[in-house]
Amino acid sequence: MSGGGAGRHIGRILIRAIVTILMVAVLNFILFRVIPGDPAALLLGGARTSVTAEQMEAQRQNWGLDRPLFPDQMVDYLTATLQGDFGYSFKFRGRHVAELILERLPATVVLVGLAQFVAILCGVMLGLYAGWRRGGAIDHIVTGASLALYSTPSFWLGMLLVVTFSTALGWLPGYGAYSPGATIGSLDSLLDHLRHLALPVTAVALGLIGQYVVVARAAMSDVVTEDYMVTARAKGLTNGQMLVRHAFRNAMLPVVTLITLNLGYVVAGAITVEAVFAWPGIGGLTVEALNARDYPVLQGIFLLLGASIVVANLIADLAYGLLDPRVRQ
Amino acid sequence: MTNSSQDKAPLLDVNCLSVDYGLKGVSLRAIDRVSFALQAGEAVGLVGESGSGKTTTAMAIAGLLSPNARVSSGEVRYRGSRLPIDDDAAMRPHRWCETSVVFQGAMNALNPVHRIIKQIAEPCMLKLGMSRGEATARARELLGLVGIPTDRGSAYPHELSGGMRQRVMIAMALACRPSIVIGDEPTTALDVITQAQILKLLGELRSRLSLALILITHDLSVVAECCDRVMIMYAGRIVEDGTVAEIFAQPKHPYTRLLIESIPNPASGKKMIRPIPGDPPNLVNRPSGCAFHPRCPSAMGVCGTEVPSLDQFGRGRVACHLHRSSRGDKVAVHA
Repeated sequence: MSGGGAGRHIGRILIRAIVTILMVAVLNFILFRVIPGDPAALLLGGARTSVTAEQMEAQRQNWGLDRPLFPDQMVDYLTATLQGDFGYSFKFRGRHVAELILERLPATVVLVGLAQFVAILCGVMLGLYAGWRRGGAIDHIVTGASLALYSTPSFWLGMLLVVTFSTALGWLPGYGAYSPGATIGSLDSLLDHLRHLALPVTAVALGLIGQYVVVARAAMSDVVTEDYMVTARAKGLTNGQMLVRHAFRNAMLPVVTLITLNLGYVVAGAITVEAVFAWPGIGGLTVEALNARDYPVLQGIFLLLGASIVVANLIADLAYGLLDPRVRQ
Repeated sequence: MTNSSQDKAPLLDVNCLSVDYGLKGVSLRAIDRVSFALQAGEAVGLVGESGSGKTTTAMAIAGLLSPNARVSSGEVRYRGSRLPIDDDAAMRPHRWCETSVVFQGAMNALNPVHRIIKQIAEPCMLKLGMSRGEATARARELLGLVGIPTDRGSAYPHELSGGMRQRVMIAMALACRPSIVIGDEPTTALDVITQAQILKLLGELRSRLSLALILITHDLSVVAECCDRVMIMYAGRIVEDGTVAEIFAQPKHPYTRLLIESIPNPASGKKMIRPIPGDPPNLVNRPSGCAFHPRCPSAMGVCGTEVPSLDQFGRGRVACHLHRSSRGDKVAVHA
């Protein structure tokens, strides 16, 4: 329990995270090399165009594809990646992968970040309450609805929302982040953006709420049967005091883990929902890159996804250590 | 007992208390017309096997019955006034200030995410209205009282040994200066040496703070060590009540006798422990008459048909037909 012990704990977690990210990069490299298809041919426009053997060879030499995969190409990939160079997109000729990703990142962070915020607020509160009053009417309703939402694909929810609120009722826009011709930066465009956010945020949040409710409820209903809750009751605490002083923090342990792990997906986006709403984020970029076989972009997105999940894990470990003294040694 | 206590009202008076548990439509009687009185400063052992009703009795006194429990008869009086034991909210002000409970602290009775000093100080702040500083000072004092170095107050429960945690539990139980402390198997899950230390500590604190102690246990040797009086429970009823000395020397109820004979005693030279034959009673289909009669070596015809009442017998009480028929002479002998 000394400061040294806690320091070692943090050090161990950090080293583990770095090693994991390196392994993700290596796997990422291997994954894209075992995909069938010759990158040189793809670069020259695929099988439909006729190219000479010389042109192919020149292309191979140009991109270093004539050298052995291991270790030359892998070392190249890893050193370039470490320097922040993720290569060029096939589809958007001449554009850096990093540039493309950074361009699309804010839209995704806003969409998924807002959805997470709403889902955490509603889901955790509902879940904790349902667990605290387990067996009650509210518990049955909340748990039933959550399980239904949890098992519903969020893109389908998104489609329902579009059909209802956009197509049929015409209340909210069903695609894109802005109306065409909007001057970005004005107050009007901000309101316009919020209107565009409403449906996709709802779709992503509804999917997440179920998850938070289920975990928070399970955690809370475990806590209420713990012996220390009997002690708290014996001490003459009111129900509110028992909830706030004794149950809440213990029930939040697994919930905090889930929240931080989900933070990793804020960056990666909600691919299917973004596709449904034509949202100009990372998810949309992934779908475009997949359709165009834009391997460098996919490789960059995969690495980003892997790294952000590892970092989220890291934060989860550290947060858990702060909340639970038992894991701090 | 009753005779000697008529002049002064007992600290605690349990009168004809029955508690039922509702389980999926089936009602199960956990304790049946339990009556006893507890004097200030007295130490009573409540002994019985699992399901005998000893814990339900103690939880009823502490006002900690679970929501599916129902008080179907009787009452509990503390210093002469009736406790609202079947009303969770009304019972709240009485808890911890009059009767506190030492749970099995060695297990999970302490909150794992709070420092022990905070857990001891909590009732001082919430129940006695002390400031945080006063409560912490009081908690330090209590730690000293149970023999824990005050600088260990910042430790978390998992950093302490089982014995230390039990001491923390005792310190916590004393926080609001209660007059009754209930020990709910306080030494279970502790090794023999720690067990002896904890019992010694409880005994010392009891005489120092003139506490009344109710010790729930299935272990008669624990009772022998630190109680004045013992009540034996079987199938939700008190079957025998008497001083420790009397009960060990001359058990009246066959169940008590068998319980004492089942204690391993290396000094007596007996090699085998004698277990009590048969199974613990089924509380849903309670045996007719005396609940112990199917296992009783001295059972008679009347035992299967008539429930024996808990009658005064000598200086104690016993519920057994054996002693009923000859009560007249026996009382004469003892008195």
